[in-house]
Amino acid sequence: MELANIEKLLEKYLNAETSIAEEKELKNYFSQGNVAPHLKEYETLFGYFSTSKSERFTKTIQLKTKKTNWKWLSVAASVVLLVSVYTGYQKNQEQKAEKIMAETQMALGMLSANLNKGTVAVAQLQQFETTKNKVFKQPK
Amino acid sequence: MKQSEFLKTVMPFKDKVFRLAKRLLVSTEEAEDATQELYFKLWKNKNKLADYNSIEAFAMTMTKNYCFDRLKSKQASNLKLVHSNYQENGTSLQKRVELNDSVSLVHKLIENLPEQQKIIIQLRDIEEYEFEEIAEMLQINPTAVRVSLSRARKTIREQLTKQHNYGIS
Repeated sequence: MELANIEKLLEKYLNAETSIAEEKELKNYFSQGNVAPHLKEYETLFGYFSTSKSERFTKTIQLKTKKTNWKWLSVAASVVLLVSVYTGYQKNQEQKAEKIMAETQMALGMLSANLNKGTVAVAQLQQFETTKNKVFKQPK
Repeated sequence: MKQSEFLKTVMPFKDKVFRLAKRLLVSTEEAEDATQELYFKLWKNKNKLADYNSIEAFAMTMTKNYCFDRLKSKQASNLKLVHSNYQENGTSLQKRVELNDSVSLVHKLIENLPEQQKIIIQLRDIEEYEFEEIAEMLQINPTAVRVSLSRARKTIREQLTKQHNYGIS
């Protein structure tokens, strides 16, 4: 490639009038190592462009989201909810039964206490009866 | 659109998406996340892709917009920007050492350009797209692309010459 031609291309390049093909020519010229001294600064420029183009995206791209995880999470949450409601209900029933049990026990206790009072009174009445029998003769 | 068909259409330009994202977001990690996110968006919109005459151009537009959003968002402002983690593959070791300083200088010069010029330099000088394609991606007319590109190239050249003459790099 002639130097004059390169200079002409560079002029066009700065005015953004070069085609892709012409720019490739420039890149080729500046990558072959034998560059005219007064154009040295272009060497780094075009060198930079070429090396930049070789940078790659190295990670793998994931298209699937964690959407499915959310679905499973909701399933898990509803299971947890069901279980907790069920156990809560059980506990509630138990407590109710205990309360009823205590009430019944109390009622029964009261009943027996009162019953005992009654028997004491009856015993007194019996005493009264025997004393009366002693005092008054029984008619034959 | 089936997954295999989708992958066949979109995978060829994944490196271009990544490089554009990196040009705008600077850090490799950010660019990787952006690329992942973008492909996920494309996949979600896979049924609409057929309506676009160039899926690649559409993807590049999306990348640009996504990166701008990222830059604007608070999340990105909290991130540390990494400037020197790009790799240079393909050049010989000796040349690489020789060029390393000036190459990172070019990198910095491009970084200092306005966003629009940065994107145009990326799309034209690195990815080698035609003016019409770039115009479609950026939703501006081809003449505007040309003007911006010329301005960007001249700025870079000017700075490079200055550095070169002073011998500072």
